[in-house]
Amino acid sequence: MSTVTLRTGRFLVQIERRTAVVSAGLVTAAAALALLALSHGPQWATPAEVFDALFRGGDAGFVIREWRLPRVVAALIFGASLGLAGAVFQNLTRNALGSPDVIGLDAGAYTGALVAITLLNGTAGQLAAGSVAGGLLAAALIYLLSLDSGLSGVRLVVIGIAVNAMLTALNSWIVLRAEIDVALAATGWNAGSLNGVDWAEVRLPFVVIGLFVLLLVVVSHAMHQAALGDEIARTTGVRLGRLRLLLVLAGVGCTATVTAVAGPVVFIALAAPQIGRRLARAAGVPLVPAALTGAVLLLAADLVAQMLLAPVALPVGVVTTAIGGCYLIWLLGMEVKRR
Amino acid sequence: MKTDLSRRVAFLLVSVALLVVAAGASMAVGARPVAPVEVWRALTDFAATTDHLVVRDIRLPRTILGVCVGAALGAAGVLIQTLTRNPLAEPGILGVTAGAGFAINLGVLVGVAGSQAGQLVLAVAGSALAAVAVYAVGRTSPLRLVLAGVALSWVLMGVSLGLRLGFPDVFDRYRFWSVGALAGAERTPLVLPVLVTVVALVAAMAATRPLNALALGEDVAHAIGAHVTRTRITVLVLVTVLTGVATAVAGPIAFVGLMVPHLARRLAVDSIPWIMAYSVLLGPILLLLADVGSRVLLPTGEVPVSIVTAFLGAPVLIWAVRRYGAAAL
Repeated sequence: MSTVTLRTGRFLVQIERRTAVVSAGLVTAAAALALLALSHGPQWATPAEVFDALFRGGDAGFVIREWRLPRVVAALIFGASLGLAGAVFQNLTRNALGSPDVIGLDAGAYTGALVAITLLNGTAGQLAAGSVAGGLLAAALIYLLSLDSGLSGVRLVVIGIAVNAMLTALNSWIVLRAEIDVALAATGWNAGSLNGVDWAEVRLPFVVIGLFVLLLVVVSHAMHQAALGDEIARTTGVRLGRLRLLLVLAGVGCTATVTAVAGPVVFIALAAPQIGRRLARAAGVPLVPAALTGAVLLLAADLVAQMLLAPVALPVGVVTTAIGGCYLIWLLGMEVKRR
Repeated sequence: MKTDLSRRVAFLLVSVALLVVAAGASMAVGARPVAPVEVWRALTDFAATTDHLVVRDIRLPRTILGVCVGAALGAAGVLIQTLTRNPLAEPGILGVTAGAGFAINLGVLVGVAGSQAGQLVLAVAGSALAAVAVYAVGRTSPLRLVLAGVALSWVLMGVSLGLRLGFPDVFDRYRFWSVGALAGAERTPLVLPVLVTVVALVAAMAATRPLNALALGEDVAHAIGAHVTRTRITVLVLVTVLTGVATAVAGPIAFVGLMVPHLARRLAVDSIPWIMAYSVLLGPILLLLADVGSRVLLPTGEVPVSIVTAFLGAPVLIWAVRRYGAAAL
């Protein structure tokens, strides 16, 4: 379907209708999962109790409002943020594999956060700043290394995988050198975890993510224009250099802010944009389905992580890694079969 | 051709000399520096002084392990790069190492990884399964092979990490093993891993001749009478055994199998047997030097050697991608 030209008016409408239906479906799924996640705990709450807690207040709903709700909201917003970051980089590199977790931006953000923990005091502000700086440095490194072959293409992805390997080695070295308590905590964090997230912890990240999303909304039209090719973009008046800089900033900001709170949660950024794209049957990598799919995926993965080895709550990153890796293998397998 | 041969033999001799130097350094350098003369005396004229004990009981086994693991990984790298005709292939990148590591983790959990032989069998089985799975999914293109390998190792690492976090007591003594290190492996019995490695290396040398034919392409190999399928299976078995034994004793160490064949190819120019010979020498040199580096990089302690190899090796991957470009992919 993607081969059909997008210029004919009727077809454009059709795609938009499908995107709207898919988006509504994803929102419904997210709401259902959120209700399930709010009910889930050592003692299950009925839906009526959940609604009571949310809208009426009172002491009875304290656990739901102060413990479970922040985690659910964080999973939704962080998932959406990761999905957006993935869509941005997949558009930028024009490659389904060019997502920030594969090319090492998460690992770079994690390095920055680890430095903030071990060398500085590790306050929330330092964590956020450190991880964004780390992610940007990793992006700059990859950009410089693949400068002669351009931003797009396979080379950038494999160079990113190499950078990822270096940074991961550095990270595990820092963790090994740390005290055993810090090391164990950081290992859980290394996998990406929403365990013990509360309102105080997520307020600043939500604001930061909101700002980056705003930036994305402003440049999204130009981004889709640029995805059609450099020449077309230039002739339609897109300033490519500035656009790419803004996109990298927004993408790194989205993924690094999540990393600062939850640690690197891989594969949401890789899988969500592609799943969203397939659901919406869009030609490019659209942002809205990517964000919604990311939210649904992360919330579902977090639920699985809580239930799988209960009472031990696994880091959600363990689940996303396993699910996402299987997804990638399945994707590669399908393509082999099709030949 | 004659000058070619003498050049190759000269490089071979230089490599052997370098290996001796690297082994000497590996026995002399560490938290307690030992003079080279004392190292020599400890080996030839043992007199239970502290220096001699350190050399004989700790550094000598560790050096032998390093030689073993380095040679195994280097040879496995040559085999898998030639088999897949992919300059980016490497047991670690293709998920074979992760398969071996995951199998041992599972074995630890159910309590069958107690003996060294048990660990070896688990590692070989795990790497074989991983290799077959990755090959089945990614055989259509070199790039897809790399991606399938990376995806599989992420899945396995994720599950392994989940197991380690879920059962921290069981995995406490595997903390260093799980990142890939020669440290702490000094007390492991050497006979079995050395024996398996030597046998597999001899077999690998023997397999280079049919592999040379296979390197020309499947059709040509068929035409000149090589057993394509048999060679492939032999090579795959050798790769899994070599990777398995290396991972079983030292944990997952990536990138040695990537760097070494590229280096060897520069020296040997297109002859698979010579590339193999150089790799078997260069692998230990590289791993021993990385191990020596891992001891002196920090004043407070040791860095796992896999971290040093990742630091040295990832730039080589970047170089290889830039050198061979998108065309080779």
